[in-house]
Amino acid sequence: MLNYIVRRLMLAVLTVWAISVLSFMIIHLPPGDYVTSYIASMSASGSAVSEGEAQALREQLGLDKPITVQYAKWMGLILQGNFGMAMEWGRPVSDVIGDRLTLTMVISVAAIIFTWGIALPIGIYSAVYPYSFLDYAFTFIGFIGLAIPGFLLALVVMYVGFAWFGTSVGGLFSPDFIEASWSLEKVWDLTKHLPIPAIVLGVAGTAQLIRIMRSNLLDELRKPYVMTARARGLPEYRVIMRYPVRVALNPFVSTIGYLLPYVVSGSIIVSLVLSLPTVGPLLLKALIAQDMFLAGTIILLLGVMTVIGTFISDMLLMWVDPRIRFGRE
Amino acid sequence: MAELAAGNAEVAIPGVVAEDRIAVATQWQLIWWRFRKHKLAVGGTLVLIAFYGVALFADFFAYVDPTESEAQRSLMAPQPIHWIDEGSFRPYVHALKGTRDPLTFKRVYVPDTSTKIPVTFFGHGEPWQLLGFIPTDRHLLAVEGAKTSESLFLMGTDTHGRDLWSRLMYATRTSMTIGLVSVALSLVLGVVLGGVSGYFGGAIDTVIQRIIEILRSIPTIPLWMGLAAALPADWSVVQVYFAITIIISLIGWTELARVVRGRFISLKQEDFVMAAELLGCSKTRIIFRHMVPSFISHIIAATTLAIPAIIISETSLSFLGLGLRPPAISWGVLLQDAQNIQSLVISPWLLLPSLAVIIAVLAFNFMGDGIRDAADPYL
Repeated sequence: MLNYIVRRLMLAVLTVWAISVLSFMIIHLPPGDYVTSYIASMSASGSAVSEGEAQALREQLGLDKPITVQYAKWMGLILQGNFGMAMEWGRPVSDVIGDRLTLTMVISVAAIIFTWGIALPIGIYSAVYPYSFLDYAFTFIGFIGLAIPGFLLALVVMYVGFAWFGTSVGGLFSPDFIEASWSLEKVWDLTKHLPIPAIVLGVAGTAQLIRIMRSNLLDELRKPYVMTARARGLPEYRVIMRYPVRVALNPFVSTIGYLLPYVVSGSIIVSLVLSLPTVGPLLLKALIAQDMFLAGTIILLLGVMTVIGTFISDMLLMWVDPRIRFGRE
Repeated sequence: MAELAAGNAEVAIPGVVAEDRIAVATQWQLIWWRFRKHKLAVGGTLVLIAFYGVALFADFFAYVDPTESEAQRSLMAPQPIHWIDEGSFRPYVHALKGTRDPLTFKRVYVPDTSTKIPVTFFGHGEPWQLLGFIPTDRHLLAVEGAKTSESLFLMGTDTHGRDLWSRLMYATRTSMTIGLVSVALSLVLGVVLGGVSGYFGGAIDTVIQRIIEILRSIPTIPLWMGLAAALPADWSVVQVYFAITIIISLIGWTELARVVRGRFISLKQEDFVMAAELLGCSKTRIIFRHMVPSFISHIIAATTLAIPAIIISETSLSFLGLGLRPPAISWGVLLQDAQNIQSLVISPWLLLPSLAVIIAVLAFNFMGDGIRDAADPYL
């Protein structure tokens, strides 16, 4: 068990390191260094940066040193919680990102809860009544769900909401709450706005999970122990729910490891269409304005959050699956 | 020919002959027989053939220059073709007159029912070159007695007055080939790294597996966005095209590598591989003569199933304005026009290219599923 935790933890640390290197690369890919583009954007907005200030900034970031030193300095700053300045906004990156990163995670988790909540009963139904009308219907809807990119679904939902119901389905808060500070009412307002983004984000994952659940449970139901249980007169409901479903559920939990990165990834683009206040629109803006420092930081933080989420799910998996708990995989 | 003859035998004398037939059939024949039973997969394959046909002959299916813009024709709705004229099959369209609504200042187009512009199949239009060197001016559709670009609007026009149907044809070419080029790159990476990982095992295997796990736990879209945004703004369309395919395949090879590795590991324990080893075959011969032929069908299935994800990635990136950039035309670039809800409500036909995306992705999924099921003898 300890062995498993240590291995997962090491993998998580390695992943965070890989993400930091990739983000650093993205920051440094465009021609010119950060300070040059910082000066350009400052002078575009009317305020000048003196030669001395520029020099100080270069020194702080170590831009005159080799790339490895620059990376070390950047990591050092980040570990201290100093993410630098967001050019376009003229404010520290952490100020700009803070709430948006939390909301990104809230939406992603909501999408995963939706995915599980829908995929589990449908998967069980489809396996218990294979080749029934509803099974075919779910399979068909599932295939369509897989084939529609998230942003397209978001567009269609927006269109239907606007053209048929005359309401705007975008956003995460009612107008009254956008600027309000956090309170119970605001959280309730957020909860009311969550279902649509969660559904849009969750549909593709749900389709996949239904297929996995269906085939796993079908395999399980063919096994002799199920027949034994039936022969001994166990009620059908208990025969299915008590053992085969439990066994079939394991891959379910383990899929969160790639479901989370997938959903976070999708949230970026869906947020843009549904104008959700997550890091998505911010990232796109930063990339288009070539504010690579802000963009790199967002990519880094998103990646780190995802890794933490995956790690937590691994721990959950250990709790659910005794085979891992007792060191046999 | 052999397949055809075998197919007839099945119809004539089922039972004994069919069994003999299976006993002598090659692996590819067996796969083909199983595959064609899979109706959805066969349907998907036909759809894909049609799509690649469009990609190959986009100039023929389009009837006007996809880049020709004209403000006087902006945002026209799809125009109906009247198929029957006075009781006989003679397709025609009405000429459209554009005016400005005095209240909303929106351009409105009124069909002039007194004119009939005949539409012909395989008629003459703008000159183009078949396969790049045979000059011709035939198009699937053309009109007589008027300029095609001024009278035919099957799917309407975009904000710049460019014909959406013709643009969709060229976009199909770009988007469908980007899937192929990118999957080819992923395949090379996946087969080499997955093969090395599975065949040699040990430390190399551990390292490659960790790399795959790391890559899979990173959210890909932000990463792609970052890399794509870092492409120099002055690159040409072709340079951006290849850069995007490379970016997508650099992260997308992991699934293929996993499949290849799994196959290698399970095959390594097969008796025929050990027999080859005992007979003193070289490593290269064992891999390419004995192992590769027995899992190549799985690779084909995995490759087919990888293409839809690539197509969606490209479409998403271009939709955001970070992938292919105009004047390149791809499905994502076309959908960029449908980005905000206002323009969608006024001109919903801008969303039509999304149907192409969905159909192509579905077809690839069906075909891939069919190949995978057909290739697995234990199912």
